[in-house]
Amino acid sequence: MDQIITAVVAVVGVPLVLLGYIILGERVLERLSDSLQKWIRPYFWALPAIGFATVFMVYPLLRTVVISFRNSDDTEWIGLANYNYFFTFPDTLTALRNSLLWLVFYTAISVALGLIIAILLDRVKYESIAKIAIFLPVPISAVAASIIWKFMFDYQPPGTPQTGTLNAILGLFGRDPVAWLVNSTTNNAALIFVGIWTITGFCMVIISASLKAISSEVLEAARIDGANEFRIVQLVITPLLWPTITVVGTTMIINALKTFDIVYVMTNGAYDTDVIATRMFSQLQSAHYGRAAAVGVVLFIAIVPLLIVNIRRFQQQEEQR
Amino acid sequence: MSAEQVTTRRESAVGAGVSALDRLGYRLQRLPLHLVIIILCAIWIVPTIGMVINSFRGLQDMSQAGWWTVLFPPHGFTLDSYKQVLQIEGVAPSILYSVLITIPATVIQLAIATMGAYAFAWMRFPGRNLFFIVIVGLMVVPIQMTLIPVLQIFKAIHLSGTIPAVWLAHSGYGLPFEVFLLRNYLGGLPREIFESAEVDGAGHSVRFLRIAVPMTIPAIASLTIFVFLGIWNDLLVALTFLGVSPFRPFTVVITGLVTSFGGGWQFLTAAAVLQMSLPLAVFIFLQRYFVRGITSGSVKG
Repeated sequence: MDQIITAVVAVVGVPLVLLGYIILGERVLERLSDSLQKWIRPYFWALPAIGFATVFMVYPLLRTVVISFRNSDDTEWIGLANYNYFFTFPDTLTALRNSLLWLVFYTAISVALGLIIAILLDRVKYESIAKIAIFLPVPISAVAASIIWKFMFDYQPPGTPQTGTLNAILGLFGRDPVAWLVNSTTNNAALIFVGIWTITGFCMVIISASLKAISSEVLEAARIDGANEFRIVQLVITPLLWPTITVVGTTMIINALKTFDIVYVMTNGAYDTDVIATRMFSQLQSAHYGRAAAVGVVLFIAIVPLLIVNIRRFQQQEEQR
Repeated sequence: MSAEQVTTRRESAVGAGVSALDRLGYRLQRLPLHLVIIILCAIWIVPTIGMVINSFRGLQDMSQAGWWTVLFPPHGFTLDSYKQVLQIEGVAPSILYSVLITIPATVIQLAIATMGAYAFAWMRFPGRNLFFIVIVGLMVVPIQMTLIPVLQIFKAIHLSGTIPAVWLAHSGYGLPFEVFLLRNYLGGLPREIFESAEVDGAGHSVRFLRIAVPMTIPAIASLTIFVFLGIWNDLLVALTFLGVSPFRPFTVVITGLVTSFGGGWQFLTAAAVLQMSLPLAVFIFLQRYFVRGITSGSVKG
């Protein structure tokens, strides 16, 4: 009950407090001299946002770097020991390998499928309905998606009725069931596929939006010149969509590196399926803050190039404004 | 009919006169296209349907035969899984906690973001570009990088394990993206409106509340849906800050049940259906805003 009251107070109170902040603050500001107003006003308006970003992102970021060089009680400097642990301990090396697998396959396949599906659906009349089907997993949480796919991958010993959809299909062809999530040759692929399944709709929607912006005259001209559909996709559509593809691609790379939910819920990292983020979480839970921080820093370093790309792209956009 | 005639007819078919034979040929040519699309749609939709069907079956049935067997009689539908899952201690309250986390967190961050975005869009100040570049950079920083220090901050101010702690954390994590998006939208509003309001003597508070906010409602609406669902579906933040608290949200409780039940986890399908029914309802009824939110966030360049 207390929680409900606090929540209601927050929902009503926070906007009211901000309103009061704006109105009262502006009253005070208007009394100041013009030049002083010009100085203070922007910071006064941006302060709440900048403050939140500083307390919850900028400061923690720097602090995590510091923690990564300290022991788990945060009492002593231990140099690179946490990183040394990360790059030599077999379990974390497996996690690193798996994150690399995610990075390559999750990114490439989800973007490629998004592109292919967008192009295919552009050619049929029932496009909007088919789009809903592909997009349906996007709003679903990774937790629910994991339970959905636990049923797809369900395994029963050979000879008993298979309740998992995939193994039942294998059975139709007279094949033995596969323990998808246990078998270490299939489990990473299975998890990555679940990731792809949840995100392809997202890639498709974005790519499709720019596909619609390509004028049909360009495509018509290529057709009249005698290009077949495959050549048109290869030589006309893909180059024109390339800026969008790179935007979606970078988003997917970041997603791949941050992957946590699906692995945590479906296997909890068992049978060699750990990724960087689940590894970090288990260090965090066992209060090895130094080691967890080191994992976080490694993750961040992997993302830095993308961060630079994003800022560059932003600056280019700004010049065009 | 000679071969030559056929080719000429083919070519003219591109124009107006299309014979029945050509139309059939065209349809046959497109058959593989339709097949591929149908198969892809099936892969994307069947798993969800299968689980929803399973959630309405008895535990015994679920462990003995696949979901597709209910397509033939006897169907044997039951609500047992739903009853069972809601009786587990902590499940029903966790749904309430999810609501109590999601709504205030969404309101807090969007209120702050709109205000900050206004400053970035319509005020000039030294360091504006630098601040904004930092915000663009923060958009891609993995939240894993921040969890430990934020956890320590909450411990220091005795907020750890409380719902307001999660509001604050979500707000901090969500702000960069929201400020970025809203600033772009606000910056695109016609300058003349703001200038003429200024000439009429309207201060910034009036310009913000009477002009900027009402004109930004479409963007705020899309963003609200997006942010709301992101927090409703969140696992990592809730697990980190509320993992051992009595106020665990729905996603954390479901995950705990999935990992702790070795066998016999099947009735958790009901929990998954309950958890995803809100996002799916939002998606189905507010599809336009939902898709607009996604595309406006990433296509720009």
